[in-house]
Amino acid sequence: MRISGNSHRSARRTALASAAGLAAISLLTSACSASDDDGGSSSAGGKITLHVGTFNAFGFDNVKGAKLYAEYEKSHPNIKIVEDNVQDGQQYWDTLKLRMSRNSGLADIQAIEIGYIAEATGPTMADKWTNLADNPHVGDFVDWKEKQATTTDGKTIAFGTDAGPMAICYNKDLFKKAGLPTERDAVAKLWTGDWSKFLDVAADYKKSAPAGTAFTDSASGLFNAVLSSQPEQYSDSSGKLIYDTSPGVKTAWDLAAKAAQNGYSAKLRQFDKPGTWAAGFKNNKFATVACPSWMAGLVRDNAGPANKGKWDIALPPQNGSWGGSFLGVPKSGKHVKEATELAAFLTSAASQAKNFAVTGNIPSTKAGLADPAVKNSKMDFFGDTPVGEIYTTIAAGIKPVPIGANDGQVKTFLTDNGILDIETRGTSPEKAWGNVKKLVDDKITQ
Amino acid sequence: MATSVKADSGGSPASVPPSPAQHRRPSPSSLRSKIYHWDLKASPYAFIAPFFLCFAAFGLFPLIYTGWLSLHKVQLGAEGQAQWVGFENYAKLMGSEFFWHALVNTFTIGVISTVPQLLMALGLAHLLNSKLRGRAFLRIAVLTPYATSIAAATLVFAALFQTDYGLINSLLDVFGIGPVQWETSKWPAQIAISTIVTWRWTGYNALIYLAAMQAVPNDLYEAAALDGASRWRQFISVTIPSIRPTILFTIIVSTIGATQLFGEPMLYGGNVGISGGSGGQYQTLSLLLYQTGWTNNNLGRASAIAWVMLLILLLIGAIQVITARVNRKKLGG
Repeated sequence: MRISGNSHRSARRTALASAAGLAAISLLTSACSASDDDGGSSSAGGKITLHVGTFNAFGFDNVKGAKLYAEYEKSHPNIKIVEDNVQDGQQYWDTLKLRMSRNSGLADIQAIEIGYIAEATGPTMADKWTNLADNPHVGDFVDWKEKQATTTDGKTIAFGTDAGPMAICYNKDLFKKAGLPTERDAVAKLWTGDWSKFLDVAADYKKSAPAGTAFTDSASGLFNAVLSSQPEQYSDSSGKLIYDTSPGVKTAWDLAAKAAQNGYSAKLRQFDKPGTWAAGFKNNKFATVACPSWMAGLVRDNAGPANKGKWDIALPPQNGSWGGSFLGVPKSGKHVKEATELAAFLTSAASQAKNFAVTGNIPSTKAGLADPAVKNSKMDFFGDTPVGEIYTTIAAGIKPVPIGANDGQVKTFLTDNGILDIETRGTSPEKAWGNVKKLVDDKITQ
Repeated sequence: MATSVKADSGGSPASVPPSPAQHRRPSPSSLRSKIYHWDLKASPYAFIAPFFLCFAAFGLFPLIYTGWLSLHKVQLGAEGQAQWVGFENYAKLMGSEFFWHALVNTFTIGVISTVPQLLMALGLAHLLNSKLRGRAFLRIAVLTPYATSIAAATLVFAALFQTDYGLINSLLDVFGIGPVQWETSKWPAQIAISTIVTWRWTGYNALIYLAAMQAVPNDLYEAAALDGASRWRQFISVTIPSIRPTILFTIIVSTIGATQLFGEPMLYGGNVGISGGSGGQYQTLSLLLYQTGWTNNNLGRASAIAWVMLLILLLIGAIQVITARVNRKKLGG
């Protein structure tokens, strides 16, 4: 068999060569076309798969969340739901932006963080979302939430998930050791009405605080908390950046810089990757943390069962909202109608109430906020604290604030390149402010 | 083969003496010979086509498109509304202190990672080249850091260099050296990042050097040994000159790698990785490019950064080629 006929060999060689060539070409074409990978919907055997793109934890899932997907699949047997989750919110948004600009790789439903809602409703993106303005569900939300997701020409691009009414979580043990009251009404009275009183309490705390602890976790957290209660933030109602003249930003900046310089903060970076911040809860490194409703769940998870009963929640100096997301339906999806129905279900008052019971995410629908099950609820970790009542009360007092397209970016510069710089590198507030201005001028004002 | 090709294309194969190729094919049907012919000529092009087609699609096109974008004012996601601005993006870049910071950082991090890395790789290769027990195992072992993912390696190093609870600061504490701010201070942060790069690439370069060293003729060493040269002397006077082209190659590749440094500083900084730390103390050009394009939506300026990076690389490449040529002339080779 070794010595095959010559003609046979050459014919085989030709065949082999052309086969190899064909294979190479087909490999090439498949390699090139494989880039058009769609993470979107697909249907097999009459069953529709809907993808939901989220970041961090939304509380819809069947593992740690409120099992809303399972519930929906049960009532809609032709639908299968897959959640595509990215932990890091910034990374999620950067990727989403890129995919929106290419109209490919998008999930059927995409979550939008509140800091970016103005960018999502802005001119480069608004047309790529399904307009939900005529959907009856739109009327279910509190007015400011719906307004945030509506473009200037009246398109509503997303349904609101949760709202972020903000309170202050505090560590009763540390307060006691520092000679401060521990009862939540008495604590709230210490600072009612004015954030600068919050810093006065910080000064008192520092005088007799247990060694190695600080009054609050991070100056950036304080900045966000103060700012969230200001009527004017980064942009004016026309969407123009006014951060450098905004009294709200100045108040928040001054207080945060003062806290950083006087050592009132534990100099931690919230949500940091190495987990030092999370470990700070476990080791009782700080006495307070600005606590939007979604943070209550994080306090519980980070502090762990060992610290159960140590933390309580008090009303903040001023009402504000920090956080709260949205669900939008990209137009490019194959099952826009089904996706819209699912988004409406996930953000319905009933679903939001169920979500709240598991994760502490406060509803953004009027009916959800009024739901007695939400209002009267408590979280086991916080003992007898009327968590539901505290947060729904604050939510009712939230006033809508204009959000501009560049708010998310400016916020990052102010907190990560400004406040954090003062806090961890000892840069003077004047220099840090100058640096923030330079960053905005260089990177945003084009 | 040339003769056979000529004979076939002559059109009258009968009149020419049969070529060796025709001997191999006793039944020369004209169709088959045409296919064979076509195959012979076209196949090589078909085989190299995938590279060039892919290069055109994923290399050349983006390159040109990026150049076009860099001359426009354009937002990410609104490429259709690009506005011609000429070289304004480049002018703004030259006037931006953040660009110059990033450029300097890229250079300093590049130097403190590339130089020790290549020196260590040389030493390591020399050791691996000598007669050791378990040589094969050791040779594979030096490559393992290269095989780990950047993400995994960086997260481990970030934990080691952690200011409050990290192992390195705990060790330094034993010797009474105060806590070093490995993330927030400029030089410690850059050194920490360079450590990750060095750790990952030293073994890889060592294996390249080792391969080159094994091609050095043994006679040279024998002759040197007869002349009484020590092992160190042999290394300096025989090994290094013999593998000079390889060293140049690794320098070029490492410089390109250093100029494009992205993953390590990004992951090392966690949440503030994109801006290279709160004060931009370790923001490299690649990070600046990413931040400008994806976080701040300024696609035009990001494209300009990309082109400036390309030009810098070409410049460095040209300098290295010229130095190599000058060196060769000096050596008379």
